[in-house]
Amino acid sequence: MKDEAKDIDNKVRDLENSVINPSQVKGWGIDADPKNDPTYPMKKRNNGEHAGYSWERPPQQPIDIEVLHSNERPNVSATFGTSVPPSGLSGVIRREAFNFSENSYGHWLPLMLADRINMVEGIVSDLARGHVPNIFGEMGWKADWKHDRANLVTKVVIGAALGTAVFALLRNRRKSRRTENYF
Amino acid sequence: MLAMNYRGPRRVRIDHKPDPEILHPEDAVVRVTRSCICGSDLHLYNGSVPDTRVGMTFGHEVCGIVEEVGQDVEKLKVGDHVLVPFNIACGRCVFCQQELYGNCHESNSQATAVGGIYGYSHTAGGYDGGQAEYVRVPYANVGPTIIPEGMHPDDAVMLTDVVPTGYQAAEMGGIQPGDTVVVFGAGPVGIMAARCAWLFGAGRVIVIDHVEYRLEFVKNYAPAEVYNYKELDDVVVFLKQTTDWMGADVVIDAVGAEATGRAMQTLLGKKLHMVGGAATALHWAINSVKKGGIVSIVGVYGPIDTLVPIGNVVNKGLTIRGNQASVKRLLPRLIEHVQNGVLDPKALITHRIPLEEVSEAYKMFSAKLDNCIKPVLIPPSARV
Repeated sequence: MKDEAKDIDNKVRDLENSVINPSQVKGWGIDADPKNDPTYPMKKRNNGEHAGYSWERPPQQPIDIEVLHSNERPNVSATFGTSVPPSGLSGVIRREAFNFSENSYGHWLPLMLADRINMVEGIVSDLARGHVPNIFGEMGWKADWKHDRANLVTKVVIGAALGTAVFALLRNRRKSRRTENYF
Repeated sequence: MLAMNYRGPRRVRIDHKPDPEILHPEDAVVRVTRSCICGSDLHLYNGSVPDTRVGMTFGHEVCGIVEEVGQDVEKLKVGDHVLVPFNIACGRCVFCQQELYGNCHESNSQATAVGGIYGYSHTAGGYDGGQAEYVRVPYANVGPTIIPEGMHPDDAVMLTDVVPTGYQAAEMGGIQPGDTVVVFGAGPVGIMAARCAWLFGAGRVIVIDHVEYRLEFVKNYAPAEVYNYKELDDVVVFLKQTTDWMGADVVIDAVGAEATGRAMQTLLGKKLHMVGGAATALHWAINSVKKGGIVSIVGVYGPIDTLVPIGNVVNKGLTIRGNQASVKRLLPRLIEHVQNGVLDPKALITHRIPLEEVSEAYKMFSAKLDNCIKPVLIPPSARV
Protein backbone atom coordinates (compact mmCIF):
# COMPACT_ATOMS: atom_id res chain seq x y z
CA MET A 1 0.00 0.00 0.00
CA LYS A 2 2.83 2.36 0.98
CA ASP A 3 4.66 1.53 -2.28
CA GLU A 4 1.56 2.24 -4.32
CA ALA A 5 1.20 5.69 -2.72
CA LYS A 6 4.87 6.36 -3.43
CA ASP A 7 4.35 5.37 -7.08
CA ILE A 8 1.46 7.79 -7.44
CA ASP A 9 3.54 10.54 -5.78
CA ASN A 10 6.33 9.90 -8.27
CA LYS A 11 3.92 9.98 -11.20
CA VAL A 12 2.46 13.31 -10.05
CA ARG A 13 5.97 14.68 -9.66
CA ASP A 14 6.87 13.50 -13.17
CA LEU A 15 3.82 15.28 -14.50
CA GLU A 16 4.72 18.49 -12.68
CA ASN A 17 8.25 18.20 -13.98
CA SER A 18 6.96 17.95 -17.53
CA VAL A 19 5.33 21.38 -17.35
CA ILE A 20 7.96 23.68 -18.77
CA ASN A 21 7.81 27.44 -18.77
CA PRO A 22 8.31 28.25 -22.49
CA SER A 23 9.79 31.69 -21.84
CA GLN A 24 12.72 30.01 -20.13
CA VAL A 25 13.51 27.90 -23.18
CA LYS A 26 16.38 29.31 -25.21
CA GLY A 27 15.15 30.77 -28.51
CA TRP A 28 11.47 30.48 -27.64
CA GLY A 29 9.27 32.30 -30.16
CA ILE A 30 12.04 33.92 -32.18
CA ASP A 31 10.64 32.60 -35.49
CA ALA A 32 6.95 32.78 -34.63
CA ASP A 33 4.91 34.18 -37.53
CA PRO A 34 1.23 34.77 -36.76
CA LYS A 35 0.49 35.09 -40.49
CA ASN A 36 1.55 31.50 -41.05
CA ASP A 37 -1.84 30.11 -40.08
CA PRO A 38 -3.33 27.56 -42.46
CA THR A 39 -6.66 27.73 -40.62
CA TYR A 40 -7.26 31.33 -41.82
CA PRO A 41 -9.97 32.50 -42.53
CA MET A 42 -11.95 29.63 -41.09
CA LYS A 43 -10.74 30.24 -37.58
CA LYS A 44 -10.69 33.61 -35.86
CA ARG A 45 -7.84 32.59 -33.59
CA ASN A 46 -8.06 33.79 -30.00
CA ASN A 47 -6.11 30.97 -28.37
CA GLY A 48 -8.98 30.46 -25.94
CA GLU A 49 -8.43 26.73 -26.15
CA HIS A 50 -5.13 27.15 -24.34
CA ALA A 51 -7.20 27.64 -21.19
CA GLY A 52 -8.84 24.25 -21.69
CA TYR A 53 -12.52 23.45 -21.15
CA SER A 54 -13.10 26.67 -19.28
CA TRP A 55 -15.89 28.62 -21.00
CA GLU A 56 -19.14 29.48 -19.28
CA ARG A 57 -21.39 26.66 -20.42
CA PRO A 58 -24.96 27.21 -21.68
CA PRO A 59 -27.71 25.95 -19.35
CA GLN A 60 -27.96 22.17 -19.36
CA GLN A 61 -30.94 20.61 -21.17
CA PRO A 62 -32.62 18.34 -18.59
CA ILE A 63 -31.26 14.82 -19.06
CA ASP A 64 -34.52 12.92 -18.75
CA ILE A 65 -33.79 10.30 -21.40
CA GLU A 66 -30.80 8.02 -21.86
CA VAL A 67 -28.05 9.93 -23.67
CA LEU A 68 -24.88 8.08 -24.56
CA HIS A 69 -21.76 10.21 -24.54
CA SER A 70 -18.34 9.74 -26.01
CA ASN A 71 -15.68 8.84 -23.46
CA GLU A 72 -13.54 11.50 -25.10
CA ARG A 73 -15.51 14.17 -23.24
CA PRO A 74 -16.38 14.45 -19.55
CA ASN A 75 -20.07 15.23 -19.80
CA VAL A 76 -23.26 15.42 -21.83
CA SER A 77 -23.31 18.47 -24.10
CA ALA A 78 -25.54 21.35 -22.98
CA THR A 79 -28.13 20.41 -25.60
CA PHE A 80 -28.66 17.04 -27.21
CA GLY A 81 -31.07 15.34 -29.58
CA THR A 82 -33.89 13.18 -28.34
CA SER A 83 -34.68 11.45 -31.60
CA VAL A 84 -34.37 7.75 -30.73
CA PRO A 85 -33.00 6.74 -27.29
CA PRO A 86 -31.23 3.36 -27.28
CA SER A 87 -33.50 0.38 -26.74
CA GLY A 88 -33.71 -3.37 -27.35
CA LEU A 89 -30.78 -5.51 -28.41
CA SER A 90 -29.41 -2.72 -30.60
CA GLY A 91 -29.46 -0.46 -27.53
CA VAL A 92 -27.46 -2.99 -25.51
CA ILE A 93 -24.82 -3.07 -28.26
CA ARG A 94 -24.76 0.71 -28.55
CA ARG A 95 -24.19 1.06 -24.79
CA GLU A 96 -21.27 -1.36 -25.01
CA ALA A 97 -19.85 0.51 -28.00
CA PHE A 98 -19.71 3.71 -25.98
CA ASN A 99 -17.25 2.05 -23.59
CA PHE A 100 -14.73 2.46 -26.40
CA SER A 101 -13.39 5.75 -27.72
CA GLU A 102 -14.01 7.24 -31.16
CA ASN A 103 -10.43 6.16 -31.82
CA SER A 104 -11.38 2.48 -31.68
CA TYR A 105 -12.99 -0.02 -34.02
CA GLY A 106 -14.60 -1.29 -30.82
CA HIS A 107 -16.77 1.82 -30.98
CA TRP A 108 -17.75 2.09 -34.64
CA LEU A 109 -18.11 -1.51 -35.79
CA PRO A 110 -20.58 -2.49 -33.03
CA LEU A 111 -22.55 0.68 -33.84
CA MET A 112 -22.82 -0.48 -37.46
CA LEU A 113 -23.94 -3.91 -36.26
CA ALA A 114 -26.49 -2.28 -33.95
CA ASP A 115 -27.85 -0.29 -36.92
CA ARG A 116 -28.48 -3.49 -38.86
CA ILE A 117 -30.15 -5.19 -35.89
CA ASN A 118 -32.18 -2.05 -35.35
CA MET A 119 -33.54 -2.40 -38.88
CA VAL A 120 -34.97 -5.84 -37.99
CA GLU A 121 -36.27 -4.43 -34.68
CA GLY A 122 -38.02 -1.76 -36.73
CA ILE A 123 -39.87 -4.34 -38.80
CA VAL A 124 -40.81 -6.33 -35.68
CA SER A 125 -42.04 -3.17 -33.98
CA ASP A 126 -44.13 -2.25 -37.06
CA LEU A 127 -45.71 -5.71 -37.10
CA ALA A 128 -46.33 -5.59 -33.34
CA ARG A 129 -48.30 -2.38 -33.89
CA GLY A 130 -50.31 -4.12 -36.60
CA HIS A 131 -48.58 -2.20 -39.38
CA VAL A 132 -47.22 -4.23 -42.28
CA PRO A 133 -44.43 -2.10 -43.76
CA ASN A 134 -44.70 -1.45 -47.46
CA ILE A 135 -41.05 -2.17 -48.12
CA PHE A 136 -41.20 -1.51 -51.86
CA GLY A 137 -43.01 1.76 -51.19
CA GLU A 138 -40.38 2.75 -48.63
CA MET A 139 -37.69 2.00 -51.19
CA GLY A 140 -39.33 4.47 -53.55
CA TRP A 141 -40.19 2.05 -56.32
CA LYS A 142 -42.87 4.46 -57.54
CA ALA A 143 -40.06 6.76 -58.66
CA ASP A 144 -38.40 3.86 -60.46
CA TRP A 145 -41.72 3.01 -62.14
CA LYS A 146 -42.19 6.59 -63.27
CA HIS A 147 -38.65 7.46 -64.36
CA ASP A 148 -36.71 4.23 -64.83
CA ARG A 149 -39.33 1.64 -65.75
CA ALA A 150 -37.16 -0.52 -68.02
CA ASN A 151 -34.51 -0.94 -65.33
CA LEU A 152 -37.12 -1.72 -62.69
CA VAL A 153 -38.80 -4.33 -64.89
CA THR A 154 -35.41 -5.91 -65.64
CA LYS A 155 -34.62 -6.05 -61.90
CA VAL A 156 -38.00 -7.62 -61.12
CA VAL A 157 -37.68 -10.17 -63.92
CA ILE A 158 -34.13 -11.15 -62.86
CA GLY A 159 -35.24 -11.32 -59.21
CA ALA A 160 -38.26 -13.47 -60.08
CA ALA A 161 -36.15 -15.77 -62.28
CA LEU A 162 -33.53 -16.21 -59.56
CA GLY A 163 -36.23 -16.77 -56.93
CA THR A 164 -37.95 -19.39 -59.09
CA ALA A 165 -34.64 -21.15 -59.81
CA VAL A 166 -33.73 -21.30 -56.10
CA PHE A 167 -37.23 -22.51 -55.21
CA ALA A 168 -37.12 -25.21 -57.88
CA LEU A 169 -33.65 -26.30 -56.79
CA LEU A 170 -34.69 -26.60 -53.15
CA ARG A 171 -37.88 -28.47 -54.07
CA ASN A 172 -35.98 -30.94 -56.21
CA ARG A 173 -33.45 -31.57 -53.43
CA ARG A 174 -36.21 -32.14 -50.90
CA LYS A 175 -37.97 -34.48 -53.32
CA SER A 176 -34.83 -36.53 -54.00
CA ARG A 177 -34.07 -36.71 -50.24
CA ARG A 178 -37.61 -37.97 -49.59
CA THR A 179 -37.16 -40.57 -52.38
CA GLU A 180 -33.84 -41.69 -50.86
CA ASN A 181 -35.50 -42.11 -47.47
CA TYR A 182 -38.30 -44.15 -49.01
CA PHE A 183 -35.89 -46.67 -50.45
CA MET B 1 -47.03 16.05 -37.51
CA LEU B 2 -45.89 14.49 -40.76
CA ALA B 3 -42.24 13.55 -40.78
CA MET B 4 -39.80 11.47 -42.76
CA ASN B 5 -39.02 8.25 -40.91
CA TYR B 6 -35.85 6.21 -41.56
CA ARG B 7 -36.50 2.46 -41.49
CA GLY B 8 -33.13 1.02 -42.59
CA PRO B 9 -30.76 1.24 -45.56
CA ARG B 10 -32.62 2.61 -48.62
CA ARG B 11 -35.97 2.55 -46.79
CA VAL B 12 -37.68 5.75 -45.68
CA ARG B 13 -41.35 6.67 -45.37
CA ILE B 14 -43.66 9.45 -44.29
CA ASP B 15 -45.16 8.94 -40.85
CA HIS B 16 -46.98 10.74 -38.08
CA LYS B 17 -44.69 11.71 -35.20
CA PRO B 18 -45.29 13.88 -32.12
CA ASP B 19 -44.69 17.61 -32.66
CA PRO B 20 -41.32 18.81 -31.33
CA GLU B 21 -41.30 20.67 -27.99
CA ILE B 22 -39.15 23.31 -26.35
CA LEU B 23 -36.63 21.26 -24.32
CA HIS B 24 -34.14 24.00 -23.46
CA PRO B 25 -34.69 27.71 -22.67
CA GLU B 26 -32.84 28.70 -25.85
CA ASP B 27 -34.85 26.41 -28.17
CA ALA B 28 -37.28 27.45 -30.88
CA VAL B 29 -39.75 25.37 -32.84
CA VAL B 30 -39.88 26.20 -36.55
CA ARG B 31 -42.70 25.35 -38.95
CA VAL B 32 -40.89 24.07 -42.01
CA THR B 33 -41.62 25.63 -45.38
CA ARG B 34 -38.72 24.13 -47.36
CA SER B 35 -36.40 21.23 -46.62
CA CYS B 36 -33.84 19.89 -49.07
CA ILE B 37 -32.42 16.42 -49.41
CA CYS B 38 -28.64 16.80 -49.29
CA GLY B 39 -26.10 14.58 -51.01
CA SER B 40 -24.78 13.80 -47.55
CA ASP B 41 -28.25 12.52 -46.54
CA LEU B 42 -27.57 9.72 -49.00
CA HIS B 43 -24.77 8.43 -46.75
CA LEU B 44 -27.41 8.02 -44.03
CA TYR B 45 -29.94 6.64 -46.50
CA ASN B 46 -27.46 4.01 -47.66
CA GLY B 47 -26.68 2.99 -44.07
CA SER B 48 -23.06 4.20 -44.18
CA VAL B 49 -23.06 6.40 -41.07
CA PRO B 50 -22.73 4.54 -37.77
CA ASP B 51 -25.46 5.06 -35.15
CA THR B 52 -28.20 5.95 -37.61
CA ARG B 53 -31.21 4.72 -35.68
CA VAL B 54 -34.49 3.48 -37.10
CA GLY B 55 -37.18 6.08 -36.47
CA MET B 56 -34.99 9.13 -36.99
CA THR B 57 -36.07 12.05 -39.18
CA PHE B 58 -33.35 13.39 -41.50
CA GLY B 59 -33.01 16.87 -42.95
CA HIS B 60 -30.43 19.57 -42.20
CA GLU B 61 -31.25 22.11 -44.92
CA VAL B 62 -34.29 23.90 -43.63
CA CYS B 63 -36.11 27.20 -43.69
CA GLY B 64 -39.44 28.06 -42.15
CA ILE B 65 -41.46 30.22 -39.79
CA VAL B 66 -40.84 30.48 -36.05
CA GLU B 67 -43.77 28.88 -34.27
CA GLU B 68 -42.65 28.94 -30.63
CA VAL B 69 -39.63 30.20 -28.69
CA GLY B 70 -38.06 29.28 -25.33
CA GLN B 71 -37.88 31.78 -22.47
CA ASP B 72 -34.26 32.81 -23.19
CA VAL B 73 -34.65 33.38 -26.91
CA GLU B 74 -34.16 37.10 -27.60
CA LYS B 75 -33.20 37.30 -31.25
CA LEU B 76 -36.27 35.66 -32.76
CA LYS B 77 -40.00 36.03 -32.31
CA VAL B 78 -42.98 33.98 -33.36
CA GLY B 79 -43.74 34.57 -37.04
CA ASP B 80 -40.18 35.35 -38.14
CA HIS B 81 -39.17 33.72 -41.42
CA VAL B 82 -35.80 32.07 -40.84
CA LEU B 83 -33.21 29.99 -42.56
CA VAL B 84 -31.57 27.46 -40.26
CA PRO B 85 -27.85 26.66 -40.76
CA PHE B 86 -27.19 22.94 -40.70
CA ASN B 87 -24.71 23.27 -37.81
CA ILE B 88 -26.09 23.42 -34.29
CA ALA B 89 -23.85 25.89 -32.49
CA CYS B 90 -23.94 27.20 -28.92
CA GLY B 91 -22.07 30.43 -29.67
CA ARG B 92 -20.21 30.25 -26.35
CA CYS B 93 -17.68 27.42 -26.51
CA VAL B 94 -14.15 28.24 -27.54
CA PHE B 95 -14.70 26.85 -31.03
CA CYS B 96 -17.83 28.91 -31.68
CA GLN B 97 -15.99 31.94 -30.25
CA GLN B 98 -13.43 31.42 -33.01
CA GLU B 99 -16.23 31.19 -35.59
CA LEU B 100 -15.77 27.45 -36.04
CA TYR B 101 -19.54 27.03 -35.84
CA GLY B 102 -19.35 23.61 -37.46
CA ASN B 103 -17.22 22.38 -34.56
CA CYS B 104 -19.33 23.38 -31.55
CA HIS B 105 -18.49 21.49 -28.36
CA GLU B 106 -21.85 21.92 -26.64
CA SER B 107 -24.23 20.42 -29.18
CA ASN B 108 -23.16 16.79 -29.54
CA SER B 109 -22.45 14.37 -26.73
CA GLN B 110 -21.99 11.35 -28.88
CA ALA B 111 -18.87 12.23 -30.82
CA THR B 112 -16.20 14.85 -30.23
CA ALA B 113 -15.09 14.88 -33.86
CA VAL B 114 -18.27 16.53 -35.13
CA GLY B 115 -20.63 19.19 -33.81
CA GLY B 116 -24.39 18.77 -33.73
CA ILE B 117 -26.15 18.55 -37.08
CA TYR B 118 -29.92 18.33 -37.61
CA GLY B 119 -31.14 14.89 -38.60
CA TYR B 120 -27.72 13.44 -39.14
CA SER B 121 -27.59 10.26 -37.01
CA HIS B 122 -26.80 10.03 -33.33
CA THR B 123 -23.14 10.37 -34.21
CA ALA B 124 -23.99 14.00 -34.97
CA GLY B 125 -26.08 14.52 -31.85
CA GLY B 126 -29.32 12.59 -32.33
CA TYR B 127 -31.43 15.60 -33.33
CA ASP B 128 -34.47 15.01 -35.49
CA GLY B 129 -34.17 16.94 -38.73
CA GLY B 130 -36.38 19.15 -40.80
CA GLN B 131 -37.84 16.78 -43.39
CA ALA B 132 -41.01 17.23 -41.41
CA GLU B 133 -43.70 19.80 -40.73
CA TYR B 134 -41.90 21.12 -37.64
CA VAL B 135 -38.38 21.01 -36.26
CA ARG B 136 -36.82 21.80 -32.90
CA VAL B 137 -34.05 24.39 -33.28
CA PRO B 138 -31.60 24.54 -30.34
CA TYR B 139 -29.57 27.68 -29.57
CA ALA B 140 -32.06 29.83 -31.45
CA ASN B 141 -30.14 33.01 -30.57
CA VAL B 142 -27.15 31.78 -32.55
CA GLY B 143 -27.93 29.82 -35.72
CA PRO B 144 -31.26 30.77 -37.27
CA THR B 145 -31.07 33.88 -39.42
CA ILE B 146 -34.01 36.02 -40.47
CA ILE B 147 -34.55 35.75 -44.22
CA PRO B 148 -33.99 39.19 -45.76
CA GLU B 149 -37.01 40.94 -47.21
CA GLY B 150 -37.60 39.88 -50.79
CA MET B 151 -35.38 36.81 -50.75
CA HIS B 152 -37.04 33.78 -52.34
CA PRO B 153 -37.41 30.85 -49.90
CA ASP B 154 -35.74 28.59 -52.48
CA ASP B 155 -32.63 30.80 -52.29
CA ALA B 156 -32.90 30.93 -48.50
CA VAL B 157 -32.96 27.17 -48.07
CA MET B 158 -29.90 26.80 -50.30
CA LEU B 159 -28.03 29.17 -47.98
CA THR B 160 -28.33 26.71 -45.10
CA ASP B 161 -25.73 24.32 -46.55
CA VAL B 162 -25.13 24.04 -50.30
CA VAL B 163 -23.96 27.61 -50.92
CA PRO B 164 -21.76 27.97 -47.80
CA THR B 165 -20.28 24.50 -48.24
CA GLY B 166 -19.41 25.15 -51.89
CA TYR B 167 -18.07 28.60 -51.03
CA GLN B 168 -15.96 27.30 -48.14
CA ALA B 169 -14.60 24.54 -50.36
CA ALA B 170 -13.20 27.23 -52.64
CA GLU B 171 -12.11 29.39 -49.70
CA MET B 172 -10.19 26.51 -48.10
CA GLY B 173 -8.44 26.00 -51.42
CA GLY B 174 -6.62 29.29 -50.81
CA ILE B 175 -7.16 30.07 -54.50
CA GLN B 176 -4.83 32.73 -55.85
CA PRO B 177 -5.57 34.77 -59.00
CA GLY B 178 -4.87 32.65 -62.06
CA ASP B 179 -4.90 29.29 -60.26
CA THR B 180 -6.23 26.19 -61.96
CA VAL B 181 -8.93 24.63 -59.80
CA VAL B 182 -10.25 21.10 -60.29
CA VAL B 183 -13.52 20.10 -58.65
CA PHE B 184 -14.34 16.42 -58.30
CA GLY B 185 -18.11 15.96 -58.22
CA ALA B 186 -20.86 17.80 -60.10
CA GLY B 187 -23.48 17.44 -57.40
CA PRO B 188 -25.00 20.59 -55.90
CA VAL B 189 -21.97 21.32 -53.68
CA GLY B 190 -19.47 20.65 -56.47
CA ILE B 191 -21.44 22.92 -58.80
CA MET B 192 -21.43 25.67 -56.18
CA ALA B 193 -17.72 25.15 -55.43
CA ALA B 194 -16.93 25.54 -59.14
CA ARG B 195 -19.05 28.71 -59.31
CA CYS B 196 -17.36 30.14 -56.19
CA ALA B 197 -13.83 29.28 -57.36
CA TRP B 198 -14.19 32.16 -59.84
CA LEU B 199 -15.08 34.55 -57.00
CA PHE B 200 -11.64 33.91 -55.51
CA GLY B 201 -9.88 34.62 -58.79
CA ALA B 202 -9.39 31.19 -60.35
CA GLY B 203 -7.90 31.30 -63.83
CA ARG B 204 -9.37 27.99 -64.91
CA VAL B 205 -12.07 25.76 -63.42
CA ILE B 206 -12.39 22.09 -64.37
CA VAL B 207 -15.15 19.77 -63.12
CA ILE B 208 -14.89 15.98 -63.22
CA ASP B 209 -17.87 13.62 -62.85
CA HIS B 210 -19.52 10.83 -64.80
CA VAL B 211 -23.14 12.03 -64.80
CA GLU B 212 -23.61 13.75 -68.15
CA TYR B 213 -26.63 15.92 -67.35
CA ARG B 214 -24.89 17.33 -64.28
CA LEU B 215 -21.73 18.05 -66.24
CA GLU B 216 -23.84 19.82 -68.84
CA PHE B 217 -25.47 21.90 -66.10
CA VAL B 218 -22.24 22.98 -64.39
CA LYS B 219 -20.62 23.70 -67.74
CA ASN B 220 -23.10 26.53 -68.21
CA TYR B 221 -23.83 27.47 -64.61
CA ALA B 222 -20.33 27.85 -63.14
CA PRO B 223 -19.13 28.05 -65.99
CA ALA B 224 -16.49 25.34 -66.19
CA GLU B 225 -14.62 22.96 -68.42
CA VAL B 226 -16.17 19.56 -67.81
CA TYR B 227 -14.92 16.03 -68.33
CA ASN B 228 -16.51 12.63 -67.86
CA TYR B 229 -13.88 10.45 -66.17
CA LYS B 230 -15.40 7.36 -67.76
CA GLU B 231 -14.28 8.69 -71.11
CA LEU B 232 -10.72 9.17 -69.91
CA ASP B 233 -8.15 6.37 -69.67
CA ASP B 234 -6.71 7.78 -66.48
CA VAL B 235 -8.16 10.93 -64.96
CA VAL B 236 -4.92 11.84 -63.17
CA VAL B 237 -2.79 11.58 -66.29
CA PHE B 238 -5.39 13.63 -68.15
CA LEU B 239 -5.30 16.38 -65.54
CA LYS B 240 -1.51 16.43 -65.57
CA GLN B 241 -1.53 16.64 -69.35
CA THR B 242 -4.06 19.48 -69.44
CA THR B 243 -2.06 21.50 -66.90
CA ASP B 244 1.19 21.30 -68.85
CA TRP B 245 2.24 18.26 -66.78
CA MET B 246 2.16 20.24 -63.53
CA GLY B 247 -1.14 19.27 -61.91
CA ALA B 248 -3.79 21.64 -60.65
CA ASP B 249 -3.00 24.32 -58.06
CA VAL B 250 -6.09 23.47 -56.05
CA VAL B 251 -8.27 20.37 -56.08
CA ILE B 252 -11.63 20.18 -54.33
CA ASP B 253 -13.20 16.88 -53.25
CA ALA B 254 -16.94 17.50 -53.40
CA VAL B 255 -17.83 13.83 -53.63
CA GLY B 256 -17.14 12.04 -50.35
CA ALA B 257 -18.04 8.52 -49.37
CA GLU B 258 -20.30 7.54 -52.28
CA ALA B 259 -17.70 7.86 -55.03
CA THR B 260 -17.52 5.50 -57.96
CA GLY B 261 -14.60 4.85 -60.28
CA ARG B 262 -12.25 2.48 -58.42
CA ALA B 263 -13.34 -1.09 -57.81
CA MET B 264 -11.40 -1.61 -54.56
CA GLN B 265 -12.69 1.62 -53.02
CA THR B 266 -16.24 0.78 -54.04
CA LEU B 267 -16.03 -2.74 -52.62
CA LEU B 268 -14.53 -1.78 -49.26
CA GLY B 269 -16.25 1.57 -48.83
CA LYS B 270 -19.68 1.17 -50.36
CA LYS B 271 -20.45 -2.53 -50.40
CA LEU B 272 -18.72 -3.91 -47.29
CA HIS B 273 -18.61 -0.66 -45.23
CA MET B 274 -15.19 -1.75 -43.98
CA VAL B 275 -13.76 1.76 -44.38
CA GLY B 276 -15.24 5.22 -43.99
CA GLY B 277 -16.45 5.40 -47.58
CA ALA B 278 -15.11 5.05 -51.11
CA ALA B 279 -12.37 7.68 -51.13
CA THR B 280 -11.86 7.59 -54.89
CA ALA B 281 -12.25 11.34 -55.39
CA LEU B 282 -9.83 12.14 -52.58
CA HIS B 283 -7.36 9.63 -53.98
CA TRP B 284 -7.54 11.32 -57.37
CA ALA B 285 -7.35 14.76 -55.77
CA ILE B 286 -4.10 13.97 -53.98
CA ASN B 287 -2.59 12.52 -57.12
CA SER B 288 -3.71 15.24 -59.52
CA VAL B 289 -2.84 18.36 -57.50
CA LYS B 290 0.58 19.88 -58.17
CA LYS B 291 3.52 19.68 -55.76
CA GLY B 292 2.98 22.15 -52.94
CA GLY B 293 -0.70 22.39 -53.90
CA ILE B 294 -3.82 22.42 -51.78
CA VAL B 295 -6.55 19.78 -51.49
CA SER B 296 -9.81 21.04 -50.04
CA ILE B 297 -12.24 18.42 -48.75
CA VAL B 298 -15.95 19.03 -48.27
CA GLY B 299 -17.08 15.56 -49.35
CA VAL B 300 -18.40 13.70 -46.33
CA TYR B 301 -16.71 10.53 -45.10
CA GLY B 302 -17.55 8.16 -42.26
CA PRO B 303 -15.65 8.26 -38.99
CA ILE B 304 -13.48 5.21 -39.58
CA ASP B 305 -10.34 4.93 -41.71
CA THR B 306 -10.32 5.73 -45.42
CA LEU B 307 -7.82 4.56 -48.01
CA VAL B 308 -5.81 7.43 -49.49
CA PRO B 309 -2.23 7.69 -50.78
CA ILE B 310 -0.97 9.59 -47.75
CA GLY B 311 2.65 8.98 -48.76
CA ASN B 312 2.08 11.22 -51.78
CA VAL B 313 0.78 13.97 -49.51
CA VAL B 314 4.13 14.01 -47.75
CA ASN B 315 6.27 13.58 -50.83
CA LYS B 316 4.43 16.30 -52.77
CA GLY B 317 4.31 18.71 -49.84
CA LEU B 318 0.56 19.11 -49.99
CA THR B 319 -1.73 21.03 -47.71
CA ILE B 320 -5.00 19.30 -46.97
CA ARG B 321 -7.85 21.34 -45.56
CA GLY B 322 -11.37 20.31 -44.66
CA ASN B 323 -14.25 21.19 -42.40
CA GLN B 324 -17.98 21.29 -42.15
CA ALA B 325 -18.95 24.71 -43.48
CA SER B 326 -19.20 27.40 -40.84
CA VAL B 327 -22.52 28.62 -42.17
CA LYS B 328 -23.08 31.45 -39.68
CA ARG B 329 -19.64 32.92 -40.38
CA LEU B 330 -20.25 32.95 -44.13
CA LEU B 331 -23.89 34.01 -44.26
CA PRO B 332 -23.47 37.83 -44.32
CA ARG B 333 -21.20 37.67 -47.38
CA LEU B 334 -23.28 35.01 -49.14
CA ILE B 335 -26.58 36.79 -48.55
CA GLU B 336 -24.95 39.82 -50.19
CA HIS B 337 -23.87 37.71 -53.17
CA VAL B 338 -27.41 36.35 -53.60
CA GLN B 339 -29.02 39.75 -53.26
CA ASN B 340 -26.59 41.28 -55.76
CA GLY B 341 -27.24 38.49 -58.24
CA VAL B 342 -23.65 37.19 -58.08
CA LEU B 343 -24.95 33.79 -56.97
CA ASP B 344 -28.22 32.20 -58.07
CA PRO B 345 -28.64 29.17 -55.80
CA LYS B 346 -32.25 28.37 -56.61
CA ALA B 347 -31.25 27.56 -60.18
CA LEU B 348 -29.89 24.25 -58.83
CA ILE B 349 -33.31 23.14 -57.61
CA THR B 350 -34.73 20.77 -60.17
CA HIS B 351 -37.51 19.11 -58.18
CA ARG B 352 -40.06 20.50 -55.72
CA ILE B 353 -41.71 17.47 -54.14
CA PRO B 354 -44.49 17.15 -51.55
CA LEU B 355 -43.12 15.97 -48.21
CA GLU B 356 -45.56 13.05 -48.35
CA GLU B 357 -43.59 11.65 -51.33
CA VAL B 358 -40.33 11.47 -49.41
CA SER B 359 -39.64 7.81 -50.35
CA GLU B 360 -39.81 8.62 -54.06
CA ALA B 361 -37.77 11.79 -53.56
CA TYR B 362 -34.91 9.88 -51.93
CA LYS B 363 -34.99 7.25 -54.64
CA MET B 364 -35.02 9.86 -57.39
CA PHE B 365 -32.09 11.77 -55.90
CA SER B 366 -29.98 8.74 -55.03
CA ALA B 367 -30.50 7.03 -58.39
CA LYS B 368 -30.17 10.36 -60.24
CA LEU B 369 -33.50 9.83 -62.00
CA ASP B 370 -35.27 12.47 -64.11
CA ASN B 371 -32.08 14.60 -64.31
CA CYS B 372 -32.37 15.39 -60.62
CA ILE B 373 -29.81 17.81 -59.22
CA LYS B 374 -31.44 19.19 -56.09
CA PRO B 375 -34.80 18.09 -54.66
CA VAL B 376 -36.71 20.19 -52.15
CA LEU B 377 -39.46 18.77 -49.96
CA ILE B 378 -42.43 21.01 -49.31
CA PRO B 379 -44.79 20.25 -46.41
CA PRO B 380 -48.56 20.54 -46.98
CA SER B 381 -48.95 23.83 -45.06
CA ALA B 382 -46.35 25.53 -47.25
CA ARG B 383 -48.09 24.50 -50.45
CA VAL B 384 -51.26 26.44 -49.69
